[in-house]
Amino acid sequence: MRAALPALVVLALFAVVPWLAEVWGGSYLTSLAMRAMILAIAALSLDLLIGHGGMVSFGHAAFVAIGAYTAGIAITEGVTDLATILAIATAIAAAFALVTGAISLRTSGVSFIMITLAFGQMVFFTLGALNEYGADDGLTLWERAEVLARNDVLYFAILGTLAVVWLLIDRITGSRFGRVLRAARQNDVRVETLGYGVFGFRLTAYVLAGVIAALAGVLLANQAEFVSPAIASWQRSGDLIIIVVLGGMGSRSGAILGALAFVGLEEGLSTLTHDWRLIFGPLLIAIVLYAKGGLSSLFERRS
Amino acid sequence: MSTTLLLIQLLNGLQLGVLLFLIAAGLTLVFGVMGFINLAHGVQYMIGAYLVVWFYGLTGHFMIALVLAMAVALALGLLLEAFVFSRLYDRDHLDQVLATFGVILFVNQGVKVLWGPTPLTIPAPEILAGTFQLTENLQYPVWRIAIIAIGAAVALLLWFLVTRTRLGMLVRAGASNAEMVGALGVNIRRLFMVVFGFGAMLAGFAGAIAAPIYSVEPGMGDDLLITAFVVIAIGGIGSIRGAFIAALLVGLVDTLGRSAVTDILKLFLEPSAANQIGPALASMAVYVLMAAVLFFRPAGLFPARGAA
Repeated sequence: MRAALPALVVLALFAVVPWLAEVWGGSYLTSLAMRAMILAIAALSLDLLIGHGGMVSFGHAAFVAIGAYTAGIAITEGVTDLATILAIATAIAAAFALVTGAISLRTSGVSFIMITLAFGQMVFFTLGALNEYGADDGLTLWERAEVLARNDVLYFAILGTLAVVWLLIDRITGSRFGRVLRAARQNDVRVETLGYGVFGFRLTAYVLAGVIAALAGVLLANQAEFVSPAIASWQRSGDLIIIVVLGGMGSRSGAILGALAFVGLEEGLSTLTHDWRLIFGPLLIAIVLYAKGGLSSLFERRS
Repeated sequence: MSTTLLLIQLLNGLQLGVLLFLIAAGLTLVFGVMGFINLAHGVQYMIGAYLVVWFYGLTGHFMIALVLAMAVALALGLLLEAFVFSRLYDRDHLDQVLATFGVILFVNQGVKVLWGPTPLTIPAPEILAGTFQLTENLQYPVWRIAIIAIGAAVALLLWFLVTRTRLGMLVRAGASNAEMVGALGVNIRRLFMVVFGFGAMLAGFAGAIAAPIYSVEPGMGDDLLITAFVVIAIGGIGSIRGAFIAALLVGLVDTLGRSAVTDILKLFLEPSAANQIGPALASMAVYVLMAAVLFFRPAGLFPARGAA
């Protein structure tokens, strides 16, 4: 329970942001909160792979982009029904994860990092070649999916999705499935010997993570009202890994804390100086070198 | 596609391959010997390019600028190694990816602050600035041919160093089993430092000789670095020979792919569809190649680790 508390606090904080925004920050604050929540959803799914499965995917942003582009293209073509968009996005992401996962999971370690990066780059270049949909320049959405048209509905839809995904991942990682995944992370030969098909467990996790990331992508397209191939760039995959590690891998609150801290740092430092990366880069190095366990370990150590 | 165009593309492909090799050589040794993923290796390439432009502005001589740029790139590489990277050798790959990502963010921004975001250019050294009459109606910049020649020379030198010297023997031994080499009484930390410094200098050198043909801008090393990773994944981590063959392969596939894929597709598809799919497929070609190699041979074409 204690480990989940920080996440619950942050979720509660997100829930009151719309009212806070009326006093201070306005739509700037709400859009910032929405960005953090969407990143948190994607990071939660990546943490299932990295934190629990030991699968360091360097192409996770591709799934976010699949979701975002599905929404972007569907809406451009006049399909604004959210259920339809979600169904298509989920199906494409699941199919892509199934195929690329089945190939990637034949490798491990560094090769896995490289091959997921390769698939991410393939998505990146494919999106840049969609000439009818803006190619490299991206695609502006002139409206949102029907039910998300109102700002407050969009906000709470994102918050609700985050809460549900968080609970879902929490359930999954606490289940037998999660335990097998973590055991295989430590020693896959032993787990295999015990009679569990490690490959199947990992592939299931990979597909699930891909689908959740695509969900984040659908929300992202509606929130930003703009999609571009940059969503799939390897730097964005790097951002997601940063969030997971910053928050604390494989912890119950890590991804949500990490996303909040990431967006907070980015915004905070960029108001400080235009060249905020000069601070963020060394900060990242310092975090890796000196703060093992991430933010969530600050809360867990006392229990 | 005419033969003239094909010849130009072949040369361009070789030239890209040579640059990739200069970057990948350091990357694959650092990776092979120390098990260290250095995303910031592309930064060395960018620094090399900026330094040569800067020193050229100060001295007016390309060759002097080149030597100074390599010296400073080496010094910066060793500084980074001493203060950041040496603490990461014992960490897992995830930590290494993150910390070196931090270095990229810092240096890219730092370069932007120092030299501004607009791309810089520099002329090729005068004696090699002209064009070369390849055939009757085909001219090709001498500098690009010089790059190919320089790259081939460096590859030969590396081959000699790695296979014919004591240091090279230690590096090969380190790539196949670093712990054992340490146990046999070799100062492995110093070996790491030498390998790292050498790799950083090579990447800086690549950036410096590439400066006259590409635009020098912040982040210029990032995409090339990813391609260099593709090279070492295909070639086999820790293998100089693998890096050389894979670099030429990737350079040729990428360059020829860009001009040929659309034409090939036109044989099967409507021209409009081919024009749409072609460029995307061409950009992807090297990644498809890497995925295929990793699928069939996860350790790459010429794996160094565990090899006799």
